[in-house]
Amino acid sequence: MWDQEIRQMASSHAIMASGVFMATVVPAVLVPGFSVYGTHLLWLYSVAGSVAVVNITLFWLLGVSPPTKKHTLTYKVSKLVRSCLYLFLSCLFFHTVVVLYGAPLLETALETFSLAVLLTSLTTLRCVCVLGPNVQAWIRVFSRHGAMSVWDTSLQMVVGCSVVGAWLGAFPIPLDWDRPWQVWPVSCSLGAVIGYLTGLVVAPTWIHWHRKHLTYKSK
Amino acid sequence: MKKLPILALLLWLCALFYVGIFLFVGGFLLVRLEVNRTSTCGDVLLPGGQQVDFCQAQPRFRRAVVLIIDALKIDFARFDRANKEPRPFENKLPVLEEITSSKPSHARLYPFRADPPTTTMQRIKGFTTGSLPTFIDVGNNFASSAILEDNLVHQLGEVGKRVVFMGDDTWENLFPKKFHRSMPFPSFNVKDLHTVDNGILQHLYNIMVGDDWDVLLAHFLGVDHCGHRFGPDHPAMADKLTQMDEVIRSVLDRLQNDTLLVVMGDHGMTDTGDHGGESQKETDAAIFLYSPSPLFPEPPSQSDPEVVPQTDLVPTLALLLGVPIPYSSVGQVLLPLFAPDAGAVGAAAGLSQAEALWINAKQVNRFLETYSSMAKDIPPESLSRLQADFTRLSNEYLSTVEQGFSPAPELVASLQRYLTSVRDTCRATWARFNPVKMAAGIAVLACACVLCYVLSEMSSALARESRLLRAPLVAAAVAGACVAASQLLARGNVDGPWALTAAALSSEALFLWRAWRVRRTVAADGEEPSPRRWWLTLPHFFLNPPLLVLLLRCASLLSDSYVIAEGRVVAFLLLSLSLYVPFRLNWDGLLLPPVHDPLKPAGLLPSPGLSLPAVRRESGTFLASLGVLAGCVYLSLWFHGCREEQGSCQPSLFLTPLSRLQDSRLKNLHYVLSLASLGAWTYALRRWLRHYGNLNSPGCAVFAARWVVPLLSVCLGLHWAVSATPEDSFRNLAELISVGQRALPMAAFSLLGLGLALLWLDPLTVFVKARAAVPVRSPVSHPPPRYRASTGVSPQAELHHLIPQLYQRMRRSLEDGEPASVPEGDGRPAVEAYGLGTVYSAPLVLLCGLLGLGLLLLHPEGMSLSFLLILLEMGAMLQIHASSATLNGLQGAPSGGFTVPWTPVVLWSLAATQFFHATGHLPTFPSIQWAAAFVGFPGGHTGTVLPASLVVLNTFSSNILFAVASPLLLFWPLVCEVRGVRGGGRGGEEVDDNAIMEMRLRESPRQFSSALLQLSTRYLFITGAQVFASVCAAAILRRHLMVWKVFAPKLMFEASGFLVSSVSVLAGVSLVLRVDLAVGRWFQRLLPDTSRAR
Repeated sequence: MWDQEIRQMASSHAIMASGVFMATVVPAVLVPGFSVYGTHLLWLYSVAGSVAVVNITLFWLLGVSPPTKKHTLTYKVSKLVRSCLYLFLSCLFFHTVVVLYGAPLLETALETFSLAVLLTSLTTLRCVCVLGPNVQAWIRVFSRHGAMSVWDTSLQMVVGCSVVGAWLGAFPIPLDWDRPWQVWPVSCSLGAVIGYLTGLVVAPTWIHWHRKHLTYKSK
Repeated sequence: MKKLPILALLLWLCALFYVGIFLFVGGFLLVRLEVNRTSTCGDVLLPGGQQVDFCQAQPRFRRAVVLIIDALKIDFARFDRANKEPRPFENKLPVLEEITSSKPSHARLYPFRADPPTTTMQRIKGFTTGSLPTFIDVGNNFASSAILEDNLVHQLGEVGKRVVFMGDDTWENLFPKKFHRSMPFPSFNVKDLHTVDNGILQHLYNIMVGDDWDVLLAHFLGVDHCGHRFGPDHPAMADKLTQMDEVIRSVLDRLQNDTLLVVMGDHGMTDTGDHGGESQKETDAAIFLYSPSPLFPEPPSQSDPEVVPQTDLVPTLALLLGVPIPYSSVGQVLLPLFAPDAGAVGAAAGLSQAEALWINAKQVNRFLETYSSMAKDIPPESLSRLQADFTRLSNEYLSTVEQGFSPAPELVASLQRYLTSVRDTCRATWARFNPVKMAAGIAVLACACVLCYVLSEMSSALARESRLLRAPLVAAAVAGACVAASQLLARGNVDGPWALTAAALSSEALFLWRAWRVRRTVAADGEEPSPRRWWLTLPHFFLNPPLLVLLLRCASLLSDSYVIAEGRVVAFLLLSLSLYVPFRLNWDGLLLPPVHDPLKPAGLLPSPGLSLPAVRRESGTFLASLGVLAGCVYLSLWFHGCREEQGSCQPSLFLTPLSRLQDSRLKNLHYVLSLASLGAWTYALRRWLRHYGNLNSPGCAVFAARWVVPLLSVCLGLHWAVSATPEDSFRNLAELISVGQRALPMAAFSLLGLGLALLWLDPLTVFVKARAAVPVRSPVSHPPPRYRASTGVSPQAELHHLIPQLYQRMRRSLEDGEPASVPEGDGRPAVEAYGLGTVYSAPLVLLCGLLGLGLLLLHPEGMSLSFLLILLEMGAMLQIHASSATLNGLQGAPSGGFTVPWTPVVLWSLAATQFFHATGHLPTFPSIQWAAAFVGFPGGHTGTVLPASLVVLNTFSSNILFAVASPLLLFWPLVCEVRGVRGGGRGGEEVDDNAIMEMRLRESPRQFSSALLQLSTRYLFITGAQVFASVCAAAILRRHLMVWKVFAPKLMFEASGFLVSSVSVLAGVSLVLRVDLAVGRWFQRLLPDTSRAR
């Protein structure tokens, strides 16, 4: 059972990673003049979109999300609406945090918000897919005894890696190398995506190595 | 509580750091040996073998007028006809252009490039000695001492020329008693645009018309002061330059044929009017040469130099006036002033180009030989190459002259090349280091850092040891004496630094060995399970997030880009670390109260002190403080200044003093904002003290809090108003305004001194109310209603902050033998003490408030907003620290003793650096706010100590504030602890248990002293590690392009910041110890009183 879940996770993570890869390659073929640095925002949206689509589809197919108590249509609709609301709020939250970290307030607001959208699609969206629109649960997942399944553990890792990647991505900005990837927000979004990919690889590997020691409380 | 051992330990640690810094700086900052020889008339040999006394020959000019216009940038001197809308500093000196175009053989204008440092004293030294003053001379700008090297003024005096000087009094200090006549005027007051210039103009024309002079030096300061005060782009600059234009015209009219006129600037200025660095705007001044008789044998041609280096003035002037070139000049004569060949012009026209160059080359070669015999600076290979060059050229020249030909132009060109390469070699060599000393400094600093860390980790174990310091100190003395003695025996003199190195290193080694032994005995006692090998703990050390942040911060000091962006880098790291705190709390499951899951087994999460609303409220406080902290960090980014390396950066508007703002509405807005934040600062201070009941007692400290602080802020507000008043707006009040400018800051300074003295004399803010059995307000010794009325203690505050039953508790701890469970009468307290719970923190808070106001006085008015942010951020950080401690404590993770974890200490010291930048400071020399030296002293100073210390206080104000307040990190969780329990809804004995706040410290004095020691060593470690990092940066990158622009100034600022911070830490700690002493006495006094009363 364990091995099966891990294998399932590994393959789904491979699909997600290839989604990011496709989001980079396909527009490069289709759109003339596309490049990761030159038309950065386009690349960013395409990655964010593909991550969102792949995540939602995969988790819907896998049925990881928590079991719903009611099956009425209104309940589903309200859940959907709440999910969208939370996603939007998370965009605003990330935007605020990035501005507090020193991003320009007005001049590059579009770029900053795009980065916030990317971060939301890499982190909050996965939370919504795994845990449902429940902020309490999100917060509780990120504690030592908070993970209740392998998916929760992988969620911790992927989200952590993405955020840390974006944080590390800010490091080269002040350097005077004059490279195209030092322009705001290229390095941060690259860092976030690289961190995300790292998380996708690390999570199943780590869980596989530690599968003997991992115990989860029942949901 | 052990007081002296703590202070001694801290002092010893600081001294180790000082020794390390001293050693390193001694090896790193460049030193050039001064050659104390002088040229004489006899030793200048004209070619051809005949011994002609050089000074007897007819010089080209008999007299010279040198007008030095301080900071005359080349942009000011150029004239552009096409420019129809000149800015205030453009096209204001048309006379130069008129003369050069109408009389091309009489006059030239060149850019005149100074060598850094572009400070006035260094420049005067440079263009009188012809050498290259080094970096270390920068510090002498406050106390310019006499020039001992051979120089032009000396040479002129030797041949009997009468040198008349007028202007900047720096000259008088540099050349005491060298002038025939001297009219110095005070130069230090930067705000004074006219005294020096008008003083010169009173005398200049009279003296010129008379015949009692040969060389006339006039140094005008108005342009430079105008730049410092208003910047170049200001109408005042236009007025000043126009005045200079008239001066030059009048001087031109009075010149005679045998006179040379030199008009020059000593350095340029940046766009903000500052100078000192090495950007082209600062180095490129102007030089204008003119004579009524034809001066230039040839019309301007391609061969004219594009830029004249400043060192070239000395040999040129010397040869034109017929005096020997000063001994240590490395300049090169300005060729266009000399005839191309000797045959064409008569003897009266002076030397030819080749002759001048030959004399020049000979003098430079002689200097090089002398210098290389005295010091081994110059690399031997380049020295021998230069020597070979000179021998070849001189042979070639001598043979040509002997054959009676005039030297070929190629020979002239190679002589020029020789002189240029000598100058370049010298320039490169006088950037030379002493690597052994640097290494010793680094070693001492590294050991001191390790020591700090060890001491902070083992403070409790080490604090128990007695006579901890004796052995290291003895070892230091012995080692130092040994080294000194052996040096004395071997070489006959003592080299201080090496004895110091030996002393510091030996005492450090001995202490570490002691610590190692203590650790082993502690481990053997079984208090510490299985001591791991120290290298196994290393990764743990660096993966500890606060230390990781510290590591990142130190690493950032090794890159020039990060040093340039330091303000933002520090804010980034600060925010990262503070966001890590809630993450960590959440990871440990402490941020949110656990949901009581019925499925969960009951014993899974033991939560002894847990109560849901308390946790929730504490988390709320925590998150709110985090928000405040993040907001403060973000807002503080608005107060940054700009380095010249940051291209598209606008310095904060708040950095401009009000008197420089021209828009009156903006001025009023700024003034109101500053006043509001000043008021908020005072109100917050008062509010806090009142809230904790510290404003009730009739003691000195309370007097300071209640009267001195408000008065001080009133003084400050008035002072701002007075200094912002434009000079010409209230003509009839000018007298009053000038009195106010002097008296108000003076009053503020004396109030500050009074407040500090009162605080030190009697730091207790405790009000004792003895009462009868029934808790009614029955006046016994002091009628409480009076105090209630005057302080406004609300009944609620009274309820919360009465410290009941404290006295009994204290008496128990004082009298060790008595069993703790003796019931006291009917269980009611006999004494109530207001403000006893914050007895330690209240004086510290008050000290911070007073100091903050005093330091704010030295800043531009707009900075009061930033100071308010300091207060807010301090409060937010303390609250975060206290809340996380409470959350830890509430949910069953009891902290050991009063230990302050690394995270808040790292945050605290990062905030000090953050606000160094957010109060408009930068680690560069031009950005030092010199105006601070004139607060309260608008007329300037006589000494140098006072202005220097005012500037230091201004520059490091945030370091001072944060360092002094650092013991608050220890007290704050105790101050806040009462709230956590109040909501818990428990009564009776437990409230009393928890309501004693800072009196816990009195209960366990040993833990208190070890925690205090730990906190201060942690703070010292963090600041010391940053000094160590910048020392390493300077050592590793000493050949980096940016070393003099970025790393060396950063090192100087970091080192002086450490000095100031360590002194302030010591001050804070000693205040705490003083309070402890006073509290002890107070209890002793209380004991007989109350027993008598009963």
